[in-house]
Amino acid sequence: MEMLLNPLALLANFVLVPGLAYGSQLALGALGVTMVYAVLNFSNFSHGEVMSFGAMITILSTYWLQSIGLSISPLPTALLALPLGILGTIGLCLLLDRLVFRFYRHQRASSVTYLIVSIGVMFVIGGVIRFVIGPNDQNFNDGDRFLLKAREFKEISGLSEGLAIKSSQAITVFTAVIVVAAIFWFLNRTRTGKSMRAYADNQDLALLSGINPDRVVSITWIITAGLAAVAGTLYGLDKSYKPLVYLHLVLPIFAAAIVGGVGNPLGAIVGGFVIAFSELLLTFAYKKVAAYLFGEGLFGDGLLQILSTDYKFAVSFMILVVVLLIKPTGIFSGKSL
Amino acid sequence: MTFMIGENMVGGYGSTDILNGCSICVDLGEIAVVVGPNGAGKSTAMKAIFGMLNLRGGKISIDGEDITALAPFERVRKGMAFVPQTHNVFNSMTVEENLEMGAFINTSPIAGIMAQVYDLFPVLKEKRHQRAGELSGGQRQQVAVGRALMTEPKLLMLDEPTAGVSPIVMDELFDRIIDVASTGIAVLMVEQNAKQALGIADQGFVLVQGENRYTGSGTALLHNANVRKAFLGG
Repeated sequence: MEMLLNPLALLANFVLVPGLAYGSQLALGALGVTMVYAVLNFSNFSHGEVMSFGAMITILSTYWLQSIGLSISPLPTALLALPLGILGTIGLCLLLDRLVFRFYRHQRASSVTYLIVSIGVMFVIGGVIRFVIGPNDQNFNDGDRFLLKAREFKEISGLSEGLAIKSSQAITVFTAVIVVAAIFWFLNRTRTGKSMRAYADNQDLALLSGINPDRVVSITWIITAGLAAVAGTLYGLDKSYKPLVYLHLVLPIFAAAIVGGVGNPLGAIVGGFVIAFSELLLTFAYKKVAAYLFGEGLFGDGLLQILSTDYKFAVSFMILVVVLLIKPTGIFSGKSL
Repeated sequence: MTFMIGENMVGGYGSTDILNGCSICVDLGEIAVVVGPNGAGKSTAMKAIFGMLNLRGGKISIDGEDITALAPFERVRKGMAFVPQTHNVFNSMTVEENLEMGAFINTSPIAGIMAQVYDLFPVLKEKRHQRAGELSGGQRQQVAVGRALMTEPKLLMLDEPTAGVSPIVMDELFDRIIDVASTGIAVLMVEQNAKQALGIADQGFVLVQGENRYTGSGTALLHNANVRKAFLGG
């Protein structure tokens, strides 16, 4: 029995738990990308930096709250600062729309133009972030580190492999479930949410029904900004905040959105987990698992790792290529909010 | 006074004019039909009246008020509703959600008006939880008209409502359109099936190259020898 349970604990510790947390972060990010694509019809490459911006505002607010002595221990203070981060990000997105994207929308710019514009916006936000908070690591997680420590798990279960659950991982999954449920409720049950779906489905007909396009666009940015701030903060809590990491994060996020079927919110969530688990499963060293199952030394000295962790970004693109070859529309056919 | 008047409309896409000064009007409780050969500017005239095309000349008024400068969604608030020829339903949304979106500008409860639409098109009530994109052509057309009626319009504009539906469904749709007009709504439609459409029309407009060629009551146009020869196949 232990022969099976030990490798399972090992996989749960290094694949399942981190995968659920990372998948939730990617899903929230991809949801933002997909909303902008569905309603505004363009691929917003600045989304990673918007997430970074949200995390930055949250971090600065956290430092401020810490300086005046507010705390919700054992939870991280960042959760208290998150509403401020969301507000700041909403401000940024509405400002960007007013200054940049609205101009191209009125021009009815092509998607390639939009793509370049959003990359420009990405660099500008990235620059602002480095001005404000600098390029270095920020460790702002002041809550309890672990919900379940590896040693405690070993004592409870009597296994020789530990299973640790970081509190940031639990917070991530919990928050993601709430946020996603709220988004689906909003899109399917409220008048405003339905008007967004209608606008995404058929813009001309939405105008004919008296739906005000400017309002739909503003609400889309508000939701996207909220999602980005939450996703960025959760990622920072889980893995520490560093501006450069968010620049890279936009790649798996886009892969997730496209794999799921870009424009489809359910697809964004499924895509997020597909990418997260593929990354972890392909870069995990199976040596110990194999040792438990088949005995020591059967596979020689190798780590039994399919890809080095240095290649983890390549995994997103491998999945992307495979999905686009087999089902070009993504897992769920795209563009129906 | 006539409810909706589009006078001497001039305009088109880009620099070429498609409308060369045509005029179209319709009164409450009446059906006005616009017919003419392909490329005569029938659909363009409808778009111009609804504000989806910038006019270079002429004016459009509703109930005596000049609305030439209003955007389409503002015209909806003035009591106009438009059913385009294609892409006229929200495919990914259910029939009921389509109707709800039609009533978007209505802040008052919409159950009553929705019940009226279901009375008019009973099949929609059966399929109300089905996605509009999964319905047959005729049923989709009913969803489209139903969606437009949800705004409780005073003027309903239909761009070829019977395009691509079977003759039986066409007769049925025409009957429903007569029902709609009898409730006091002004109906303006463009039709390919000119004979049947003029048969139910109070007022008919024959457009050729963006100008009014013949105007008159539906029956008068049906009996006009020139109209019959040129447009109705003898």
